[in-house]
Amino acid sequence: MIEIKNLSFTYEENSQPVLKSVNLNVQEGQFVAVLGHNGSGKSTLAKQLNGILLPSGGKVYVDGIDTSDEKLLAALRKTVGMVFQNPDNQIVASVVEEDVAFGPENMGIAPDEIRRRVDFSLKTLNMYHKKDMAPHNLSGGQKQRIAIAGIIAMSPKYIIFDEPTAMLDPSGRKEVIEAIKTLNKEQGITCLLITHYMDEAAQADRVIVIDDGKILIDDTPQLVFANVALLKELGLDVPQVTDLMYRLRQSGHALEYNKLTVEDCANELSKLLGDPEKYKKIGE
Amino acid sequence: MISDITLGQYIPGNSVIHRLDPRTKIILTISLVVILFIVNNIVGYLLTGVFIALLISSSKIPIKFILKSIKPIYIFIIFTAVLNLFMTSGTYVFKYGWLHITYEGIYATIIMALRLIYLVAGTSLMTYTTSPIVLTDGIEGLLKPLQKLKFPAHELAMMMTIALRFIPTIVEETDKIMKAQSARGADFDTGGLIKKAKSMVPLLIPLFISSFRRADELALAMECRGYHGGEGRTKLRQLKITPLDVKAFLVFGICSAICIIVGNLDFIKFFR
Repeated sequence: MIEIKNLSFTYEENSQPVLKSVNLNVQEGQFVAVLGHNGSGKSTLAKQLNGILLPSGGKVYVDGIDTSDEKLLAALRKTVGMVFQNPDNQIVASVVEEDVAFGPENMGIAPDEIRRRVDFSLKTLNMYHKKDMAPHNLSGGQKQRIAIAGIIAMSPKYIIFDEPTAMLDPSGRKEVIEAIKTLNKEQGITCLLITHYMDEAAQADRVIVIDDGKILIDDTPQLVFANVALLKELGLDVPQVTDLMYRLRQSGHALEYNKLTVEDCANELSKLLGDPEKYKKIGE
Repeated sequence: MISDITLGQYIPGNSVIHRLDPRTKIILTISLVVILFIVNNIVGYLLTGVFIALLISSSKIPIKFILKSIKPIYIFIIFTAVLNLFMTSGTYVFKYGWLHITYEGIYATIIMALRLIYLVAGTSLMTYTTSPIVLTDGIEGLLKPLQKLKFPAHELAMMMTIALRFIPTIVEETDKIMKAQSARGADFDTGGLIKKAKSMVPLLIPLFISSFRRADELALAMECRGYHGGEGRTKLRQLKITPLDVKAFLVFGICSAICIIVGNLDFIKFFR
């Protein structure tokens, strides 16, 4: 479990605090999305979780490890993996499998076990067939999956994704989000996804909205995105589907608010419109 | 255009030479270079030539690639040849004013040219048959004993790995910046040397800035993946000396011994 207790953080002394007494618990196995506009402190929060940044006040515990305990830093890095925005700047080696092996090599694992882990993580991310390729010949989504495989090979319990899709095209984004969901559902890895994209956040179990260094909302995506007015006030978007439903409701249509997927929305709309056969005939 | 530069010159294959441990190849290549300077007469060089030709044929690298590797140094060969040809004193073959050619000069020219050609052919045989990453592993393996003397062997290898990894990325970025600057009216193609050098400034500055940012992010990512230097680190790919390497050392040893002995026999030495 990740426990954040009264965490505050200031980059330089006497400047504005970036995080202001944040309290947060993340249970094992959860898929949590963290939303917030630029400068809200969401990336800073992420960097607190594996000891890249240390609290100015308060404490962060991961499975009981205090992140500010330097002796336990290696153990902490093993437990909490981190995937960054730009895949190009986190791939170290010029062959895919060599790069995936980088983490386990640092941990001093025996070569046979490294081989097993590399193969396993590449297969998990569907990249095994590319294991001998050079990373610069892969697409953005594939590169990011290699970066994720490199983290999986260290078999962490938690992975923090710091805007992993920000630099990818739509198909790359989809690949990466699917991969994250698979890791969470099939490997039981606790995932914390920091993102700008509302439709990605809508797929999580839990959505946290950060604004000005404080946690503003912490709830299921259905309930968070129901609060369209507040999100808009914070300068955040809502998923397109939610926005459509919201506008229709505003103009007086009776619609359920907690529909987040395109399918659910389509069903809801067809209920409103009545028999679809009718429209087919008009179309013809 | 610049995006199609080839990284290293590795030609994948499965020949005897390809299968050798990189450390074996590095040591033998260095030995070959040394032998080229020990051998002292033309017969020795012809013999060494036959030996190198045999190595090339057993590597299954097409001869045109070897010739291609010699091409860039032909100016150098001609330059040293001209110097040797006209500057060596001895028995004149031809003399016109201060210009003269001697028998000794001709002899030295041939030997020097062969020496250079063999040098490049031999070393490029190594780079043709060993991928850059494996080569880096080999260098790290060979330098490891020096680590006790505080020689940064692992750091050196890591630097080479990262350089190899980022060359294509930065080439791509250079291309992008060039296009972006061209779109803003920058001119990279015309003008004299000084103007061209000046036009590199708007290319190099963004490139440097972004490289620093990359380095920063990479360092962070490496730290997150538990990197803490070479201590206690294991490797996915283990280097292993096989019976093949032992055989290679034996064959090489015998052949080079013959080349050295023949190459230093006094009665073959025609001149000097």
